[in-house]
Amino acid sequence: MTNAITPDIQPVASRPRKGAFGKLLRRPLALVGLALIAIVVLGAALAPYLTNFRPDEQIFDGLTLSGEPLPPNGTFWLGTDLLGRDLLTRILYGARTSLFIGIVANGIALVIGTLIGVIAGYYRGWIGSVLMRFTDLMMAFPALLLAICLAAVFQPSLWIVALVIALVNWVQTARVMYTQTSSLAEREFIDAERTIGAGSARILFLHILPHLVPTIIVWGTLGISTTVLLEATLSYLGIGVQPPTPSWGNIIFENQTYFQAAPWLVFFPGAAILALALAFNFVGDALRDILDPTQRGRS
Amino acid sequence: MMKSYLASTVAAAVLALGLSSASAQVAADPAAKQGGSITITYKDDVATLDPAIGYDWQNWSMIKSLFDGLMDYEPGTTNLVPDLAESYDISEDGQTFTFKLRKGVKFHNGREMTAEDVKYSIDRVVNPETQSPGQGFFASIKGYDEAAEGKAEGVSGITVVDPHTIKFELTRPDATFLHVMAINFSHVVPKEEVEKHGADFGKNPVGTGAFKLGEWTLGQRVVFERNPDYWNKGLPHLDSITFEIGQEPIVALLRLQNGEIDIPGDGIPPAKFQEVMNDPEQKARVVEGGQLHTGYLTMNVNIPPFDNVKVRQAVNMAINKERIVQLINNRAVPANQPLPFSMPGYDKDYKGYPYDVAKAKELLAEAGLDGGIETDLYVMNTDPNPRIAQGIQQDLAAIGIRANIQALAQANVIAAGGEKEGAPMIWSGGMAWIADFPDPSNFYGPILGCGGAVPGGWNWSWYCNADLDKKAQEADSIVDPARAEERNKMWGEIYVKIMEDAPWAPIFSEQRFTLKSTRMGGADNLYVDPVHIPVNYDHVYVNDVQ
Amino acid sequence: MISYLGRRLIQSVLILLGVSLITFALLYLLPADPVRQIAGRSATPATVESIRRQLGLDQPFLVQYGRYLLSLLQGDLGRSYIQRSEVSQLIVARLPPTLLLMAGAIVFELVIGLTMGLIAAVRRGTRTDQSLMVVSFVGVSAPQFVVGLLLLYAFAVKLGWFPIGGYGTFSHLVLPSLTVAVMSSGWYARMMRSSMIDVLRQDYIRTARAKGLGRTAVLLRHALPNAILPIIAMIGIDIGILMGGIVVVESVFGWPGIGQLVWQAIQRVDIPIIMGVTLVSALAIVLGNLLADIIAPLIDPRIKLR
Repeated sequence: MTNAITPDIQPVASRPRKGAFGKLLRRPLALVGLALIAIVVLGAALAPYLTNFRPDEQIFDGLTLSGEPLPPNGTFWLGTDLLGRDLLTRILYGARTSLFIGIVANGIALVIGTLIGVIAGYYRGWIGSVLMRFTDLMMAFPALLLAICLAAVFQPSLWIVALVIALVNWVQTARVMYTQTSSLAEREFIDAERTIGAGSARILFLHILPHLVPTIIVWGTLGISTTVLLEATLSYLGIGVQPPTPSWGNIIFENQTYFQAAPWLVFFPGAAILALALAFNFVGDALRDILDPTQRGRS
Repeated sequence: MMKSYLASTVAAAVLALGLSSASAQVAADPAAKQGGSITITYKDDVATLDPAIGYDWQNWSMIKSLFDGLMDYEPGTTNLVPDLAESYDISEDGQTFTFKLRKGVKFHNGREMTAEDVKYSIDRVVNPETQSPGQGFFASIKGYDEAAEGKAEGVSGITVVDPHTIKFELTRPDATFLHVMAINFSHVVPKEEVEKHGADFGKNPVGTGAFKLGEWTLGQRVVFERNPDYWNKGLPHLDSITFEIGQEPIVALLRLQNGEIDIPGDGIPPAKFQEVMNDPEQKARVVEGGQLHTGYLTMNVNIPPFDNVKVRQAVNMAINKERIVQLINNRAVPANQPLPFSMPGYDKDYKGYPYDVAKAKELLAEAGLDGGIETDLYVMNTDPNPRIAQGIQQDLAAIGIRANIQALAQANVIAAGGEKEGAPMIWSGGMAWIADFPDPSNFYGPILGCGGAVPGGWNWSWYCNADLDKKAQEADSIVDPARAEERNKMWGEIYVKIMEDAPWAPIFSEQRFTLKSTRMGGADNLYVDPVHIPVNYDHVYVNDVQ
Repeated sequence: MISYLGRRLIQSVLILLGVSLITFALLYLLPADPVRQIAGRSATPATVESIRRQLGLDQPFLVQYGRYLLSLLQGDLGRSYIQRSEVSQLIVARLPPTLLLMAGAIVFELVIGLTMGLIAAVRRGTRTDQSLMVVSFVGVSAPQFVVGLLLLYAFAVKLGWFPIGGYGTFSHLVLPSLTVAVMSSGWYARMMRSSMIDVLRQDYIRTARAKGLGRTAVLLRHALPNAILPIIAMIGIDIGILMGGIVVVESVFGWPGIGQLVWQAIQRVDIPIIMGVTLVSALAIVLGNLLADIIAPLIDPRIKLR
């Protein structure tokens, strides 16, 4: 089965891409994940058609006479918030912001972090040193201050939030990728590849990167939750979406202290974030299994 | 020539407050029990306990308990009474104030206080090296300018006549001067302790107050201990007070419900308000009182379309104040004028602008702006202010004004407001004016007067009416307490005129709700003291001691 | 090793310099005026200008930065604008609680996270694995404020097992550490699982089993040490971040850590405190990563210190 000289790896590049999606659909968890993602995306895109309310509509009957929000009921399926706005509507519209942050911003941070970490870990030497010290610097960087400064200079927009998140969130990914790549780069099979004359790029992409896929998936999927919540803090500081624009993160953030009096305000957006992150995780895990170099020929 | 008023009207007023004798006029409550300790929590750290510097919510009345000034207020009220001063004389022209000091008042370090100390303390605040936020309050004293610029050693207008008599000469009659003698910045400090600790005096305060500093564990707690040699015998009632800091208001409430603390210093958090008020047992322990506070929407008269008075008036009529108050669980009272209703000088008969959306739209049309306006509404980002801003935003949208909300950190909003064309509209919540002392003039100068309409100033509407400034000066030169009604009326007229120009849309005055533990005793107004905020530490007591 | 440490030391100093310059520049560019915060709302323009001059805040950027660096080199972090106390004194007072919380959090994170990850990896594909995975995600997606209050409410208020916030004894440490750990253990669990799965597939594991070693022995002696490499990197990161304080947890539990100090300093634009804390936490980050880099080769001898 496995050759004693080149034990673990077989070239990834050859064939399996075509069958991958098909294989994906055959795994139940992956299906669930894909379905969830589809629901969220569709919900975000079709939001105006799905509810009767607008996300910023403060409805007089949405609050009790003493100003309390209403729990889920016949009119407001997920309840109302502190300004009498329908929570379901806000979650649907908020999906747009959160999808953008969770996928795009998080994705960019992931790519940057992986690139820097892998290059630093593989080349070591002074490139590795410079890159890692730069990573240290960015880890110590006062991101909060940057956010406050940007808030004063620029009009708040989601792009600035995405920028700050990408700027800030890549560092941890880089550190972990660096450590793993350092270890991988020293493994025997890499040496073997080098002795047969494989160039660095080939080694990086064909041999090292695939082994990092599991870590990438872990970091990418957990990062969705973290960045969505981080967006709330950044918007609070004034650089992201401004009220009354909803996002899952800022709905939670605004209503944190009310979680006892009005738990639905924290529970539902929280569940949405959880669902999205889990969905990507299911899909990612399944993809990982399919693309796994060591699993070739076993599924 | 100094003519004393004691024989005439001032004496009458003074006696009416029962103050001429040397015994404790701010008398101890006969029902009070002596002894016991209480715990109070705050979220923010206590920055300093130096009376020349402290100007925060937490340390304002903490300082009042460690130090004393020449004047103070009757507990729970806004009535001035002499404190360290036994009596005072005001000259006929209202420009010379002479105070006779009590004898036998001791600092916490044992030394007796004299008039030298009073002069030293105020000189210190005016001295630019102290960097005191209260420097400007003494601007009416002769010699202030030279001292404030560092060109003179001490304020020449303050004279020590003898160890127990001190005289203040002013450059103009100042009706607020007695209030200034009551404010923290005038409180008396001992020179030797200040020189011993230098800039660290704020962490090692020594004063003449009812309490002295027992222990200060940075970041965790400050403990006050009863001053056994306090000149006002019978006070304070408590043996010690522990202030715990860094406590989130919701957790503080949980601890109160668990019997661990006595008063949450930051009040009942909005998230728990209904819960507390719906529970009769807890509701009974809530004291409600007015505050010298108004929350208002400022409109920058330099930025179109708010340079048109009709637009500003339209905004005033567009806002449904009842609904906004409902958004904060009715913890406030709608306001129709700049002054809070518990402020002397408040015009009870003034009706203000009614809530009239149709009329508001009409006014906008008259201004030629019925096509709609787009503008920015700045607000501080802590709850509940963004919510209130969104409520206002919706009301404005109903008359065609699209206000984009800019929810920023407090310092950023203040910076924008201080720029001439920085912020078109600001909801003042969280940064709104709370009076330094209970006098109508305090709501004018920095926030509506020309003096505040400068870069970095607090007059965010940049409203500057030279006539009103003159009238304000006139009103403030009416020093004679017998003419207080006349003065209040003048101030009333000033504020009505301001409302006609409508640089502001006053929205509500927040009520204060203080929740106390079962063992706390003392009159209700001590717990919503308008000056010793939030609680008058010197006069409260506990019921569970012998 | 010595030359490596020496090099890293020099690099660390450079990094700290870089951080100080960036932070100072950001604070300089902030539109919020620190002098206005000191002078208060009732100050006249003359007072404001006098304070500005005294604090040297009217000087050009490089002069101000130069002065700051000079005092820094003499060990002087300056005096807080608002509190007037020495910054070093304020920070030192809050270091022990911060260190304690960091230690407590890391212990809980590792215990919970690594156990979950190990079990999930060993039982890969089963219901146990999937439920543990969901639990990790719940932990990561839950806002810390809510988690903290929930824990407080359940274990301190209702059950009375722990005090309601505060600082002082071991029992005060448990809930705040747990709150921090809830989020991080999700990361550790997922990483551990992933790393472990990778390791368990390696040939040397099969070799060890073939040699007759029991499952547990294989797990603990051969698999674990190799799987733990990325975890070491994560711990290094954690040390750095936790040393900067966690405002949310500190404020819920009334924990007198550095997080609250710097958060309030940012609201009041108290530049000396912001600079001081940023430098201290930058130092912690650099040291944390250095530690991780030194330990890595001890675990995987193939990694060389270069």
